[in-house]
Amino acid sequence: MRPASQGALFMAFIRIGLLGFGGGPAMIPLVHQEVVKRYGWLEEEEFADVLAIANVLPGPIATKLPGYIGYRVGGVLGCISTVLAVILPMIAGMILLLSIFSRYRDIGWIHGMGQAVIPVVMVMMGQLTWDFWDKSYKTLGLFMSLVIMIVAGVLIYWLGIHPGWVIGSLLIMAWLLPERTYKNNEATE
Amino acid sequence: MIYWDLFCAFFVPNIIGYGGGPAIIPLIESEVVGHYGWMNSQEFAETLALGNALPSPIATKMAGYVGYEVAGITGAMVAVLATVVPSLLLMLGSLGVLYRYRDSFRVKRMSQWVRPVIALMMAWLTMGFFTEGIDNPGLIHMLVIASLSGVALIKFKIHPAFVVFFSLIYGGLLLNQ
Repeated sequence: MRPASQGALFMAFIRIGLLGFGGGPAMIPLVHQEVVKRYGWLEEEEFADVLAIANVLPGPIATKLPGYIGYRVGGVLGCISTVLAVILPMIAGMILLLSIFSRYRDIGWIHGMGQAVIPVVMVMMGQLTWDFWDKSYKTLGLFMSLVIMIVAGVLIYWLGIHPGWVIGSLLIMAWLLPERTYKNNEATE
Repeated sequence: MIYWDLFCAFFVPNIIGYGGGPAIIPLIESEVVGHYGWMNSQEFAETLALGNALPSPIATKMAGYVGYEVAGITGAMVAVLATVVPSLLLMLGSLGVLYRYRDSFRVKRMSQWVRPVIALMMAWLTMGFFTEGIDNPGLIHMLVIASLSGVALIKFKIHPAFVVFFSLIYGGLLLNQ
């Protein structure tokens, strides 16, 4: 592991943030490129370990990974600077663009632009739905996926229970229930 | 208190949202549009469209913008901190323990079991955009834009930024009221 200068660390993650289209998982190869190949801050196996650990925890991978690497090679300051480098430029971009858009929303053609975006977002969301369903079908099987979906659907949309409680209980059950019962799923992931 | 609400609205989805950035979108929608009513469906769709068109993680972009809309710069900071800090601290604090569990059957089962729920909430959100679209650009426009962008995104794998950009042009020219 080579020591890093704070400036190089910050700039490396600025590049990762600006080139990382398509959210967290798309950024992983970019992080690998900068951190392992270009600067040698982490060895190949260390990077694989960090990635494996990050996947155990909830929360966006795109901030856990930079934050941890920043901490490893640059201490607390490194941790703060890498996270900010990844997230700050585009948060500023979002606020700027959407504020301008909101201000002129009453103008006819700008209003029309806002409406035209809804079907696009619908298609994107549909695509994500399919990805998650497909992955679920392949790892849990049809029966188990449907059971979880129907039970969760009744609780969330029919009884109006907050999804946080539903998913929280599901996570606790997944952690606590004995392993034997569902052992057959293990081979598929 | 507004800052506390903002913190909760982003802390909860990020702590239960196994499966990376996109998994938290429907969870955030249920807080921001459903529970707290800070945005309507139209505004959320606009935020999501721009979020998908720009680089860098979607979770922090959504948090930053929604936080800013609700309570200014401080709001943005609170929402982003609630998104980033808890899981990062967990990671820094418990690395040795986590390393032992990285191949654990139970940990894998946790993300596997959450996935169908996320898929369902995403489907629900997709339906919501569908009904919103029938109201707003109207059925014909919606079908035209949806099928064009579906072909572009899925068949030709055109970058979301371009698809959003072309839909803006379409809206500016043809949905001008």
